[in-house]
Amino acid sequence: MIEFTIISWIMALLVIGAAIYAIETKDLLSSAIAAGVASLVVSIMFLILQAPDVAITEASIGAGLTMAIFVYAIGKTGRWEK
Amino acid sequence: MMWPEYVTVAALISIGLYGVMAKKNLMKIFIAISLMETGVNLLLITIGYIPEGTAPIENGNFVKYVDPLPQALVLTAIVIGLSVTALALTLLIRYHSKTGTLEYRRGMKW
Amino acid sequence: MRKVAAIVIASAFFAILLISFYQIPQSGYSGSEYYYSNPITGSHANESVPSHYISGTKNETGAVNAVTAIVVEYRGFDTLGEVTVLFTAATGVAFLLHKGKGGKKRAEANLILREGSKLVLPFILLAGAYIFIHGHLTPGGGFPGGAVIASGFLLMMLSYPKFFMKEKPVSITESFAGITFAVIGLLGLLFASSFLENFLPLGNAGYLLSAGIIPVIYIAIGFKVGSELSSIADKFKEVQK
Repeated sequence: MIEFTIISWIMALLVIGAAIYAIETKDLLSSAIAAGVASLVVSIMFLILQAPDVAITEASIGAGLTMAIFVYAIGKTGRWEK
Repeated sequence: MMWPEYVTVAALISIGLYGVMAKKNLMKIFIAISLMETGVNLLLITIGYIPEGTAPIENGNFVKYVDPLPQALVLTAIVIGLSVTALALTLLIRYHSKTGTLEYRRGMKW
Repeated sequence: MRKVAAIVIASAFFAILLISFYQIPQSGYSGSEYYYSNPITGSHANESVPSHYISGTKNETGAVNAVTAIVVEYRGFDTLGEVTVLFTAATGVAFLLHKGKGGKKRAEANLILREGSKLVLPFILLAGAYIFIHGHLTPGGGFPGGAVIASGFLLMMLSYPKFFMKEKPVSITESFAGITFAVIGLLGLLFASSFLENFLPLGNAGYLLSAGIIPVIYIAIGFKVGSELSSIADKFKEVQK
């Protein structure tokens, strides 16, 4: 089980780093992509927590469709945060 | 205890809270809200986890399963979250086409 | 100033959350009788809600996947409500976004993306259909399967600037799936005792044609979620500035 603990800590650091980057960067496009990365890593966490149904849903919705909708909306409104 | 997951949940929720409080750009605020939503979903799944349990699909060999109820709730909550985000972004696009900006108006926020 | 205050409040919230997570009792530990203590299959002593779901899934609903049994059978009414929320949000998006006239020229995607996505699309659709048809046997179901189908169409939208969902087939699929869900619920009222109750034979657990109404409802949900999510993505693509 110790390998799973190490993998979980690495993924936790990835998620936290991606979330901080998503909030702090001035570029809204990379912000949306960083939020999608956090979502994707969280879906692997769901898989380790024995929730395969939720992992499939989160991988295709959280990392795919949500990010695409954000990217389309950013394309309509403007990329840079003042 | 599942400390990596709990630390992730706490970090996601508080980072999202910071984003909602400190940022002025509405797109940034929606991204922060969707991060918080991910954190809440992860919290529900983590509470339902049982050490050495397997996924709740019966196959006759295992006797210990994780709790299926939070998984069923989160499964639908993710889809609902996407549709709510889409509606919010729609309103944001309309706001942008009316005012030409994504910022809060002065005085609307502390 | 505002930033510093926000950082202080967020860090305090982080500490409070960690302290309260420390208080959560260990799952599977039978300390308090209010806490779900023993979700072990077959054990009916100290029966709690999750352990009833786990032990009763096979006999009561005929499904193997307990999550599917909860979403469609035990809490099917809740799922009907969530599908309604999804429908309302998709309607709101379609109502508020103006449809563009296609005046702006978009850049073409490169050759590899165009041909590759054309090649991959049938397999993505097949995977989505597999996921929602086998929802009662394997992980997955209508919501993930519909999302996979929608992401396949999203791939086409990304690689072809002129690819649009045709409005009529999408709305017909969506309405037909929603009506199927409601009609099966009403048939449960007719043939069994209550709304959304199972009235088809359960069959052998573990086979494709088993579990009564669960596969039918999940196929309807899959079509509905897939068409709604792809029409939302399509509306976001079409809208003009």
